[in-house]
Amino acid sequence: MSTNIYKHEFSMRLKSVITWSLAVMAIIFIYSSLFPSFAEQAELLNEMMANFPPELLMAFGMNGMDLSTVLGYYSFVFLFAQICLAIQAANYGFGLVSVEERELTADFLLSKPVARTQILTSKLLAAFTSLTITNIVVWISSFGFITLFRDGRGYETRTLVLLLLSIVIFQLFFLTVGVVISLLVKRIRSVTPYAMALAFGMYVLSAFGNMLGDAKLEIITPFKHFDPNYVIQHGAYDVPLVLLSVAVIVVSLAASYWLYIRRDIPSVT
Amino acid sequence: MSVIEVDHLTKYYGKARGIIDVSFSVDEGEIFGFIGPNGAGKSTTIRLFLSLIYPTSGSATIFGKDCIKYGPELRQDIGYLPSEVFYYERMKVIDLLKYSASFYKKDCTQRMYELADYMELDLNRRIEDLSYGNKKKVGIVQGLLHQPKLLLLDEPTSGLDPLMQRKFFQIIREENKRGVTAFFSSHILGEVQRLCNRVAIIKEGRIIEIADIRTLQQNNYKRIRVAANGLDVSYFDLKGVSKLEKTNGEVRFFYKGDINAIMRRISGIKVSDVAIEEPTLEEIFMHYYE
Repeated sequence: MSTNIYKHEFSMRLKSVITWSLAVMAIIFIYSSLFPSFAEQAELLNEMMANFPPELLMAFGMNGMDLSTVLGYYSFVFLFAQICLAIQAANYGFGLVSVEERELTADFLLSKPVARTQILTSKLLAAFTSLTITNIVVWISSFGFITLFRDGRGYETRTLVLLLLSIVIFQLFFLTVGVVISLLVKRIRSVTPYAMALAFGMYVLSAFGNMLGDAKLEIITPFKHFDPNYVIQHGAYDVPLVLLSVAVIVVSLAASYWLYIRRDIPSVT
Repeated sequence: MSVIEVDHLTKYYGKARGIIDVSFSVDEGEIFGFIGPNGAGKSTTIRLFLSLIYPTSGSATIFGKDCIKYGPELRQDIGYLPSEVFYYERMKVIDLLKYSASFYKKDCTQRMYELADYMELDLNRRIEDLSYGNKKKVGIVQGLLHQPKLLLLDEPTSGLDPLMQRKFFQIIREENKRGVTAFFSSHILGEVQRLCNRVAIIKEGRIIEIADIRTLQQNNYKRIRVAANGLDVSYFDLKGVSKLEKTNGEVRFFYKGDINAIMRRISGIKVSDVAIEEPTLEEIFMHYYE
């Protein structure tokens, strides 16, 4: 790793990290603050939800969700946090290498006395550090706002920790898949559409998978691998699916290095 | 000792031609010109030296080491100035230069300020606020601040005003006096003529001539101008004469061959003026591209 590239990369992304972290924090705050009123009318609410078509509930990952318990409600909050985290991580992934080629700074960086493996490693670590900052903010706001709004109701800390621990792998999935796709296409003109497509695509896949009850589609999406509803209801991960996430990360990483080392850097003119 | 040794280097971008079977070598302390029109493969060659792209076949060594395998190590001693410069827009000039310097093992601070001062570069402005010429100056400083032993200059003067161009050439000459080798690509022949010892001419991806700049000029070609009363163009229509034309009562042409033959021909008429000159590189170059 090259410390100078790491520092440079990290500082270039600092503003974005702060923005994303505050956004996720705000989401958790707003939804958590509604919990007391939800919990009060939980009976009514659960009754109402039972009347909804089950497909609709499934689409939002809300089937079997008990909004009257702290964690039951939190699983609903966490899903929104997950969408944000997915977009952020995919955004960093797609932009990691492609930004140099789009803004034509690749010539500058790659003509320096540094190997491409070092460049990629430093960039990945810098992006991972950035994501970890957001991750930590999610931990703090989750515990903080749950404590603030739980309204005297208890919850199992172990399950919450388990759920929050999944963020690391979840982020790495979108980061590394973003990187490898960005290296497979010739040129990425704008990162945001790609990041949105990957994040929402994966989310929709998980939602549709739920609705159709078809196990084939949902198997590739980390929204399913780390379905908050599942984790909270079972107090455990769906281990084979988690391993699938890890496998995707490992393959994406290996492929990224392989592709980046061999890549012809397109000329400016 | 040769600093650059190119051996049957070929690069295709898919099916598109980059360069084909290019071989030449550049000696230590030389300023080597690399001439050709846009799209001939000049940038491709330089980008191969920097392992920004990989060869389809063939190889190149720099300081005796393979430029792909030992790329990172070799680049410690290479300074690169691209034709179009792009840097991190939101950075300040000074931060960019410091970032650039941080890649090298030696302390570059002093040389960095020296060069910035000489090129009259404002260090506290943001890259995005700089004019093209000023970005180019940033390029020159960042390419030279680590006192490289080899300079790869890819059409370095585009976008520089004449004054800065002169300053830039001055720097290159001074570096060269210190033993620095320079590889200088350009399509402007005048500047190559002023600066280089040897040139290679590249056309459609292939090297068509490698020559000492003097031999190239003295390649027997003479530019001859004859003014005489009632002179007919066909009088000079001899073997070895090309581009024969008559303008304003003067006959102009290029001549290659025995100089005595043409002298006798000229002395056969009553002339009012004669000029026999070396052709410019530009004119020689046009000859290669005919």
